[in-house]
Amino acid sequence: MNIINDFKLTIDSKSVNEGFSRCAVSAFATQLDPTIEEISDIKMAVSEAVTNCIVHAYPQSVGKIYIHCSILEKNTLKISIRDKGCGISNVKQAMEPLFTTLGGERAGLGFAVMESFTDRISVRSIINKGTTVTMYKKIRGRAIL
Amino acid sequence: MPVKIMATEQRITAFLEGEIDHHSAPEIRNEIDDAIQMYKPKVLKLDYSDVTFMDSSGVGLVMGRYRALTPFGGKIIVSNLSYSVYKIMKLAGIEKIAKISQREEK
Repeated sequence: MNIINDFKLTIDSKSVNEGFSRCAVSAFATQLDPTIEEISDIKMAVSEAVTNCIVHAYPQSVGKIYIHCSILEKNTLKISIRDKGCGISNVKQAMEPLFTTLGGERAGLGFAVMESFTDRISVRSIINKGTTVTMYKKIRGRAIL
Repeated sequence: MPVKIMATEQRITAFLEGEIDHHSAPEIRNEIDDAIQMYKPKVLKLDYSDVTFMDSSGVGLVMGRYRALTPFGGKIIVSNLSYSVYKIMKLAGIEKIAKISQREEK
């Protein structure tokens, strides 16, 4: 699909950047005239992906998180969030709702939220090389009302 | 402070504010846990009227407080959820451990 517009953002894996990154992506998406609910879905999905990078990909250090966001044809937003962290040994298991390696205060819902609040998600991961999460969401805007 | 707490012997009400994510959750958690330890309430009410954003970290917050209250039989009420926060609470099945309700439409 043709790319109509895109931006790239590189941030440090610091928790203070969670708010910044989800606001940056949702601000970029406003040109598709999304509803408030769609904006909220995008913010949640980005927040989960970026939090995963901070908590899981770089557990003991601060690394870089690469966000690449594109507007494709048919009002589709593509969001790619990549890290060069530890990787996921079993992606299928990691994506199961309520599965978490951390316990305690983590609900284990990150991927479940990303799956529920976008249309399509793909996860590619290589141990000690990093993980790329790519999400697609068609913005219907007020057309659905 | 992202949370204001009103407490009596029977009941703690925590008014949450702003954005709840992995960055802000620990401070909220500590404030509420201090109050739980002090009052050992029968009811903990989390009021989401002034919450503008929440991700799954907020779900973890409710699950963790449920575990903190269970030893002395406390219950959790989660109220005034926005539609999107309600959606994520339902996705997590939080209604199995807490009474949840949405905001009234203005």
